[in-house]
Amino acid sequence: MPMLEVKEIRKAFDGLKVLDGVDLSVEKGDVIAILGPSGSGKTTLLRCLNFLETADSGEMIFDGEHFRLGHVSHRDIARLRKKTAFVFQNYNLFLNKTALQNVTEGLIVARKMPRDKADEIARKALEKVGLLDRCDHYPSQLSGGQQQRVAIARALATDPEIIFFDEPTSALDPELIGEVLAVMRQLAEEGMTMLVVTHEMGFARNVSSKVLFMEDGVVVESGASKEFFENPKSERTRAFIRNITGEPAV
Amino acid sequence: MSERLIGILTDSFGKILLPGLTMTIPLTVISFSIGMVIAVACALVQFAKIKILTPIVRTYIWIIRGTPLLVQLFIIFYGLPNVGIVLDAFTSAVIVFSLSTGAYCAETMRAALESVPRGQMEAGYCVGMSYMQIMRRIVLPQAFRTAFPPLSNSLISLVKDTSLAANITVVEMFMATQRIVARTYEALALYIEVALIYLLFSTVLEQLQRWGEKKLNTYGGQK
Repeated sequence: MPMLEVKEIRKAFDGLKVLDGVDLSVEKGDVIAILGPSGSGKTTLLRCLNFLETADSGEMIFDGEHFRLGHVSHRDIARLRKKTAFVFQNYNLFLNKTALQNVTEGLIVARKMPRDKADEIARKALEKVGLLDRCDHYPSQLSGGQQQRVAIARALATDPEIIFFDEPTSALDPELIGEVLAVMRQLAEEGMTMLVVTHEMGFARNVSSKVLFMEDGVVVESGASKEFFENPKSERTRAFIRNITGEPAV
Repeated sequence: MSERLIGILTDSFGKILLPGLTMTIPLTVISFSIGMVIAVACALVQFAKIKILTPIVRTYIWIIRGTPLLVQLFIIFYGLPNVGIVLDAFTSAVIVFSLSTGAYCAETMRAALESVPRGQMEAGYCVGMSYMQIMRRIVLPQAFRTAFPPLSNSLISLVKDTSLAANITVVEMFMATQRIVARTYEALALYIEVALIYLLFSTVLEQLQRWGEKKLNTYGGQK
């Protein structure tokens, strides 16, 4: 049984259909790369799954519980969010908190965990992303790549069932992308369930287990990564793969 | 400078400073404290766009910012007795200065709240925090830092504005000076003297502001 399933999710902004009936099914341990050109609805899909945007309609099944999107209560939203974590394109670390506090905040404040236990978990999470020595630094004292790794540690610390990544490397200098991808690859290998909106084709091809290719608010093609890249079914997918893997037209 | 004038100035220094300490400063501190409570409440109402309260808050700010302090003082102290509400001078002054500080600082706080990146709120939700928790622990502390310099400005303005309360019989520094002038006719020297005492108060506050800004700056620049 899938851990997370979404059916016929729809969302329009001022009449513009951004999601036009998207289905998605996530099994435990899946690493799904969501690909597609800008404006295809990838980010909106992710944000709807975590209720940062309210979908107009659709159905969500999470751990066997059914929800009618657009009609989910605040209480359920709060409960569901505690099972998930979100990594933003521009990190969104709490600017007035140190790296360690960024990680402990959700544990101490939202989950009422004792401080010493939260500190212990946070230190482990920061160690995992290789930033234990930066735990007392504020976000303004960290590089973009380091900030994003702290954000991943913050996501990990709450022991989520699934982590949503919204273009986690798009705001980074090319040199800093590698360190973030390395952490994500490690998580994938450890069996973390991840849903990743990305433009990193290397990640989609080599790390993710499945690919969801979107355009204009609908899923054009989805399936196993290997199959997607080596034997794409639709002409649109073939064109997309050609464009991103071929030499850029100068 | 004649010996007589020096005598008057030394003599009056204590007589002006004393009401400064017992009247100007308490009036400022009490009014600013109440005003800040009003300001934060009004800013939060507008930030959260609470339906019925937002237009009420907007109207309050519109009226207070659009009318002179002196007129407000006269309405409360000299006007209200006509409808049977008699307030003593100090209370009237506290009411007017609190409402005024509240209106101006509400705008400062609102702008500061809006300057906190939207993503801070979203990140808070994503780690499982509630709206109130995010406001208290993440958004308001950042907004306060942004608002600190303009709020300090308002406080320094208020210290000087309390001199207007002399017009409704509050015996603060300026009123005390006027009384000595009436007796000695040394207007120039005495008004300069009181001006210097106001300058002293403002300078102390400016130093406090500088110290406070340094304290608040621990987490570096906002991005």
